[in-house]
Amino acid sequence: MSLAEWTSRYMVALSRHDLSLVLMLVLGWLVLGAAGLIRPHRVGFVAHVLFPLGALAAVGVAFLGAIALLAGHSPQILLLPLGLPNLPFHARLDTLSAFFLLLLGLAGAGISTFAAGYFRSGQGTAPGLLCLQYHVFLASMALVILADDAYFFMVVWETMALSSYFLVTSQHRIPEIRRAGFLYLLMAHIGALCILLSFGVLQGGRWQFTFDAMRGASLTPFWASAAFLLALIGFGAKAGLVPLHVWLPEAHPAAPSPVSALMSGLMLKTAVYGMLRITFDLLHIRYWWWGVLVLGVGLFSALFGAIFAAVQTDMKRLLAYSSIENIGIIFTGIGLAILFAACGLPLFAALALTAALIHSLNHALFKSLLFLATGSVLHATNQRSLGKLGGLIRRMPWVAALALIGTLAIAGLPPLNGFVSEWLLLQSFLFTPQIPHAFLNMLIPLGAALLALTVALAAYVMVKFYGVIFLGQHREPSLVHAHDADWLERIGLAWLALGCIAIGVMPQLALRAAGAVTGTLLGQTVNLSSPFWWIAPIASKQASYSGLILLAGIVGVVGITFVMVRVLAHGRIRRTASWDCGYPWQTSRMQDTAEGFGQPIRHMFGPFFRMERKLPAPTDTAPHYQVHIEDRLWRVLYLPIARGVQRLADWIGLLQGGRLSIYLLYSFLTLIALLVFVL
Amino acid sequence: MHPSHMIPELLKLLAASLLLISFAMLSRRRTQRLITLFAWQGSVLFVSTLLVAYSAGLTELYYSATLTLLLKVIALPWILHRLTRRLGAQWDSETLVNIPITMLVGLGLVIFAFGLAQPISRMATTITRNTIGIALAVIFLAFLMMITRRKAITQVIGFLAMENGLFFAATSATYGMPMVIELGIALDLLVGFFILGIFFFQIREQFDSLDLSHLESLKEE
Repeated sequence: MSLAEWTSRYMVALSRHDLSLVLMLVLGWLVLGAAGLIRPHRVGFVAHVLFPLGALAAVGVAFLGAIALLAGHSPQILLLPLGLPNLPFHARLDTLSAFFLLLLGLAGAGISTFAAGYFRSGQGTAPGLLCLQYHVFLASMALVILADDAYFFMVVWETMALSSYFLVTSQHRIPEIRRAGFLYLLMAHIGALCILLSFGVLQGGRWQFTFDAMRGASLTPFWASAAFLLALIGFGAKAGLVPLHVWLPEAHPAAPSPVSALMSGLMLKTAVYGMLRITFDLLHIRYWWWGVLVLGVGLFSALFGAIFAAVQTDMKRLLAYSSIENIGIIFTGIGLAILFAACGLPLFAALALTAALIHSLNHALFKSLLFLATGSVLHATNQRSLGKLGGLIRRMPWVAALALIGTLAIAGLPPLNGFVSEWLLLQSFLFTPQIPHAFLNMLIPLGAALLALTVALAAYVMVKFYGVIFLGQHREPSLVHAHDADWLERIGLAWLALGCIAIGVMPQLALRAAGAVTGTLLGQTVNLSSPFWWIAPIASKQASYSGLILLAGIVGVVGITFVMVRVLAHGRIRRTASWDCGYPWQTSRMQDTAEGFGQPIRHMFGPFFRMERKLPAPTDTAPHYQVHIEDRLWRVLYLPIARGVQRLADWIGLLQGGRLSIYLLYSFLTLIALLVFVL
Repeated sequence: MHPSHMIPELLKLLAASLLLISFAMLSRRRTQRLITLFAWQGSVLFVSTLLVAYSAGLTELYYSATLTLLLKVIALPWILHRLTRRLGAQWDSETLVNIPITMLVGLGLVIFAFGLAQPISRMATTITRNTIGIALAVIFLAFLMMITRRKAITQVIGFLAMENGLFFAATSATYGMPMVIELGIALDLLVGFFILGIFFFQIREQFDSLDLSHLESLKEE
């Protein structure tokens, strides 16, 4: 038997038990988490034993997800021996779940490895407890993806929200972090409520809450739209779509960096998953205006996130806003897919959905990478403010090099992965004139311009992020002592960076993985027949891209230039001070700052912000310039709601007089009233 | 007169005395007297349950009658007496809000309870169905007692008296609840009582008194 034959037979055998194996790995995560409680304060045990094992399990999950995608067989269903009597939990593994499991495993492996080197004892939650919360979080995300009935889904969805809440507030002695955690929990619960209501509508009056029953339910257009809108609000709150995004820039920076990476890279994707599951799987019909709505919200979120990221001065907040931007891009793709599917253009729908799926995968990889890199920087320097960093490329060469890959990827530069998904999305925008609606086919192509603007702004943001942290001179004397990340952290970062490169150079792999999903959801895939180093999603004469050829080109040009310079200019090198532009004494105070770099954006997009500026008086001897930037939506939307709730609570609070006999009287009167009512 | 004709009459008498005891409890100031009345109420309940059990020939009701005797006539009053002595509260008396008004409100409640009980009595098939109104009235009066009292111990006695009323309602409407439920309630009562007993000491330690009006300061501003 040849090796290939043996492997394929082995794969088939493995794919048959895919679901149970995944569930066992998830159980393994839970066991690892519980093991953290054995010696909660022993950092060595928790960090160097449990977290690497968790990373191994994550690799396993990714592997099994990939196999399920490759095998492409009919969905596997399992009844779990858990849940309420007569209401067992259902689990199901189909290609959509498999894709998101792949995403979860790939990014989770890198983050867990990094976390092994990152977590150390200190203030806040003990490492063992953190280990429990972390692995429960991971496991609940995997189970969200596998759940096949509304009960199970809601239980694990809430588990996910709660475990991440505890992770966010691990530094619970700091009041801002407690506040951020509360805001997060509040929004998570509002979202969960909407999702619950959406499931309530989806069951269509038959009171069967398995997803299978929901697939069979036929809803009137009104109720189908209600279910869709509730799902959009619920999952949008989790994903951070504007205007439900307010928790995101608070909660993500508050968490420890590996947790930020998990939340931004993975948890937001569970919302994308839920949206796809309900829209393309559970609902039997889609209307075009749903697509326009999602598209609009997505584009606005993308632009909003990019603009706000550009003016941030805290590196983790910057990345959090960038997450809003990327989620916006993903939802733009989903919106286009809904629109195309509703208009009977399945091929283009498949293209847009492919773009959204691949961008989800990409974002999981590069955003995790960047959040982890900020974690290393934070550990090395104790600084989060961009204004106090700089020049770290010399102190932390490993982190700088790996973060550069993530930065280039997120900026959407070829030959890395960010380019692939953004290119695919722009491609699908090119087909919007074929939509059979008079105004839509003229207006939506404008969205492509908006998307291009967003992508350009994102690149601008990333130049700022990387340039201010790693390039130039250090802005604080203490940065001289910054040390590079340790080897476990480096492995975690390198794993994610490799993922970015692999998808960028061999996009066909990601295209095939996404193709398996679109095949199930839409019954249509983009053109997958190209070789692995080449993609031509619609037809090879339409548009095609090859990361490998581009990489070869880049390497070739750089190599030739290098050799040419070496050969031709050899021996004629003159070593002297470079031209200083007339400023011979460059100090770090003269460098462009984060605020300065963002200033043009702040100026151009002024109406988006609420700014409070404090300018020093001309005679001030120690002048201080201060600018405080705020989200307008916070004041327009959230504060009035908060005030209303407060007022209502005050009224209700009048009931609480403190007298025990009054309380008894309340229940007595209620009893009498109910009895009269019965009479 | 044949004994089988006497039993319903006797039951009515007992029910009436139960109501009378409830009114007496409503007007008593002294804690010790209240406990004695509570014990009397329990014993009337015991006798009536015994009678119902005898006339309906239900062995289960004999058990519940025994349970009543042990728990409500002997154990709880004894513990309450001990508790008041330990707390030094045996001579406590409390100022009640205007007793005549309370009595009048109680009268209104009794009328309401009888009106409420009419449709239920028509559906019930037990020989005690006429006493459902009284059972409901006992519950209401106990509740009223809880509302008008300020001391922790008297509140608990009101709570226990309310349970007596519930028990009486159950026996008169349906010959008692299933045994499992009754046992469960008895256990709940006992456990709840112990916890409240612990609270007594805690409350006294905090406020140097068992007056519940001190708890008003716990309210969040």
